[in-house]
Amino acid sequence: MALSLLLIYGEKSKMREILMKTRPQDLDSILENYPRRPQHLIGVLQDVQAAFNYISPEHLARICDHVGVPVTQAWSVATFYKSFSLEPRGEHSIKVCLGTTCHLKGGERLAEACERDLGIERGQTTADQRFSLDTVKCVGACAEAPVVMVDEDYLGRASISSLKKEFKRR
Amino acid sequence: MNAKKESKKPPKDNLVHFSIDGRRVQAQPDWTILETARAHRLHIPTLCFHPAIHPWGSCRLCVVETRLNDKVEVTASCLTKPVAGLEVLTHSSRVMNVRRWVLEMLLAECPASREIKELAAQYGVTSTRFAILDPEEECLKCGRCVAVCHEVVGVQALTFGSRGVAKKLETPYRVPNNACIGCGCCVSVCPTGALQARLDTVRGDLSRRTGHGFAH
Amino acid sequence: MKKIKNTAGLQTLRQTLLEAQDPEMPVVRVCLGPGCLALGAEKVARAFKSAVRNKKIKARVQPLIKGTGCHGFCSQGTLVSLSPANLFYVRVKPEDVAEIVATSLEQGRTVERLLYSDNGARYRSAAEIPFYRAQQKIILKNVGIIDPLDINDALMAGGYQSLAKVLTEMSPEEVLKTVEVSGLRGRGGGGFPTGYKWRRAADNARENPGPVYVIANGEEGDPGAFMDRSIMEGDPHKVIEGMIIGAYALGANQGYLFVRHEYPLAIHHFSIALRQARNRGLLGKNILGSGFDFDLQINRGAGAYVCGEETAIIASLEGRAGEPRTRPPYPAQEGLWGRPTVINNVETWANVPHIMEKGADWYTGLGVPHSTGTKIFSLVGKVKNTGLVEVPMGISLGALVEGIGGGVPGQTHFKAVQTGGPSGGIIPYELKEIFTDYHYHPEEFIAAKKEISVDFDSMAQTGSIMGGGGMIVMDDHDCVVDVARYFLRFLEEESCGKCLPCRLGLKGMLEFLNRFARGQGSPEDIDALESLGQALVDGSLCGLGRAAPNPVLTSIRFFRDEYLAHIVDHKCPAGVCRDLISYQIDPETCNGCGLCAQECPEACITGKKKKLFTIGQEACIRCGVCQDVCPVQAVQVA
Repeated sequence: MALSLLLIYGEKSKMREILMKTRPQDLDSILENYPRRPQHLIGVLQDVQAAFNYISPEHLARICDHVGVPVTQAWSVATFYKSFSLEPRGEHSIKVCLGTTCHLKGGERLAEACERDLGIERGQTTADQRFSLDTVKCVGACAEAPVVMVDEDYLGRASISSLKKEFKRR
Repeated sequence: MNAKKESKKPPKDNLVHFSIDGRRVQAQPDWTILETARAHRLHIPTLCFHPAIHPWGSCRLCVVETRLNDKVEVTASCLTKPVAGLEVLTHSSRVMNVRRWVLEMLLAECPASREIKELAAQYGVTSTRFAILDPEEECLKCGRCVAVCHEVVGVQALTFGSRGVAKKLETPYRVPNNACIGCGCCVSVCPTGALQARLDTVRGDLSRRTGHGFAH
Repeated sequence: MKKIKNTAGLQTLRQTLLEAQDPEMPVVRVCLGPGCLALGAEKVARAFKSAVRNKKIKARVQPLIKGTGCHGFCSQGTLVSLSPANLFYVRVKPEDVAEIVATSLEQGRTVERLLYSDNGARYRSAAEIPFYRAQQKIILKNVGIIDPLDINDALMAGGYQSLAKVLTEMSPEEVLKTVEVSGLRGRGGGGFPTGYKWRRAADNARENPGPVYVIANGEEGDPGAFMDRSIMEGDPHKVIEGMIIGAYALGANQGYLFVRHEYPLAIHHFSIALRQARNRGLLGKNILGSGFDFDLQINRGAGAYVCGEETAIIASLEGRAGEPRTRPPYPAQEGLWGRPTVINNVETWANVPHIMEKGADWYTGLGVPHSTGTKIFSLVGKVKNTGLVEVPMGISLGALVEGIGGGVPGQTHFKAVQTGGPSGGIIPYELKEIFTDYHYHPEEFIAAKKEISVDFDSMAQTGSIMGGGGMIVMDDHDCVVDVARYFLRFLEEESCGKCLPCRLGLKGMLEFLNRFARGQGSPEDIDALESLGQALVDGSLCGLGRAAPNPVLTSIRFFRDEYLAHIVDHKCPAGVCRDLISYQIDPETCNGCGLCAQECPEACITGKKKKLFTIGQEACIRCGVCQDVCPVQAVQVA
């Protein structure tokens, strides 16, 4: 309950702090939360991705040992789903929405402008590890199209200039 | 019409009586349409079906048109079990449309495969309108090798990575895999011979091989 | 939080809670739906809260500030409603909060400038606004009213009353029968009869005893659709209640909430709702003292559109890559861990408590025969009133888009509606006039309406589907070739790649459309594309591939002229397809500010300050930045 109140009060940094505390930060405590069964593979991978921003080869091997699946199965799962990354991601994630409405209202142009501005292509991370650029298929805020998500914030009716400002601010 | 005949003379066995291309055929209760056709020496083309493994239904060349009362469907014969009175058409226009397009696209996907060229030619497909990305490619990602390694050999040395158009046959981190016992089953079931050339990307160092599915 | 021991305890608790309410206490409801959040609703809520916290309000009773789910009228966000004054403020900015506090909360007067106004009329309350007036809110009744993070709020609004009724008065068979008679159909897109699905699973479980599972499909992947999201965020208890009732009917003891990972707020709200329901004894062992056990678990999707397909959800829950498998066997026969499983969409589950409460007859009275009840649509795109609407099935397309949606803004024309997301189609506006084939509808219905009716069967007849409820309005400036290409690109990325027609076919169809968008190809290629589309419809393994050609096939069917314009005349009538357009600066309008030259990534715009600027066409990559930044709209598409 306290967590949601903080959200309403907008004390995001505090909320993140609490989340970080409640969310285990090392692999052992993540694994402890899950019984040793293959069906928990995706759950463990999600927690590891959230805690470490990516899934390293060492972690993948230990996860497989824990839930009891061959590395090949974990590999096919980790490469199939879009939310997993096998390489380190940037500090801030920028997700340009390319849902239908955002597409009609110029989302593709925004994505290209981000690529030019950050000097990377979608799916990549800047050399200084500050930003990762991705496109997503609809974040469900279509009424405010085009939308860009920077970390957990929604930027509605985004434009090239408002994005540039946002990048500088971070 | 069929129903009438059957009501007059009910079959005494527990076989499923239906027809393929107008010919009356009988199937054991757990047979699929494809198995029944093969038992009656009727040809239905397929690239991914193999008797040693569970049908996977990925190549869709074995599609047939089925008719029962008013219901007309196009389904994969390797996965569909027949019901009594079913009419199966293996060469209807809808079926041929699927096969021709799949074969034309395969010509662009696996341009190096002799087997696919021959099969396509049988269906009158000799050229492709689609872009060829890798002229050396033979693998159509049918899944036979992955299935045989898992289901028959009992190890999972190779798998599919990524999804959709990026889907690739690979091992974790694309390095040779010590789970591989070097049995060569994957090579023998491959419909195009694509694995012959890439076996060394799967099997690892012989001296470190454990033969255990969980080895890393 | 005390556990409720039996149904009598539930009524007592509700009574106590209601009596504790001060009817005079002002309640401020701030919409924290996705649309309003993108416009800074959080800051508005914070401003209200801090006003209360710092006791800045000089009123007899201190108001209660509630953050609620989506109010629906997203284009007017941030939305704030005040009760009991029954005021509805739109476009509220954080700096307006002080005025609302001073005027409305302290003096009880209205802030006129924050009321919704249209065509000169001002509307004080939400119910008077045309956008809301034509709606019939049943599933969304509590969304935007209750605080989704407080179970007591849900209980006061009548939450879990249907569950109490079912557990004490109805047998599992009666529940099943009621759902069957109600005619409820799956809201996820396919429109499969829910009662039939449940009956099959129940029969299979009887023949083959063992565990049964229920799953809520919250993997709402269709771009342009956010109905499920707003239910999950705004009234999670309704979904949970529906699932408990379903589980009771089917004899299931374990259920799964499968929620898309792009919806972190929905996951958060569900986890709090589950914890509170468990603490209240509404979930877990011996629910309300009935002896029935049922628990729910949240599973986050890992980012794959194909996981909206039921067999792919099962694969994902079992810890595998989300590749669909062939059906039959259906999940109702062999689902999760090989056991009978019922998978329903979130909105479908949310319908169940209402059907149990008011009965199947009441439900069949809503909507039209064969498509009963209401449906939630997300009305977005080139329409004035964007947002979430709930209407009875069978409403005419014109009434939905022009009546509730308020038509297309600006000088452009309503061209088409895209429904059903990537599996749906593009329906031209003219069709609302000529499409009158209502073979399911009674005579008087036909006489009353000559427009296309929005229900499962009528939509299917156009070649589109109703789908999850995304309704994207397109105008003259939207190119159908481009939209069809957009959906193919989307699906190509989301295809699991298992079967060849889908994996290779989508890539192949895209190659055709890319050629068209460049003005290449021949009219015969359009026929070839149609035939390839048919091969995908017939040959693909799962619903994704079988429905994937729909946007292309319907757009060819209704807009062949526009395809021909690209191929034969090398023109994009809507001015969208990049290779067929050029950007020009209108010498009349250009004010010579030079912003375009500054922002041009190719530095191909030249000119002097205060004089006319021109675009060098050879170097121009047609990125459109100049058009976006021009303060006087001098950059035009030619």
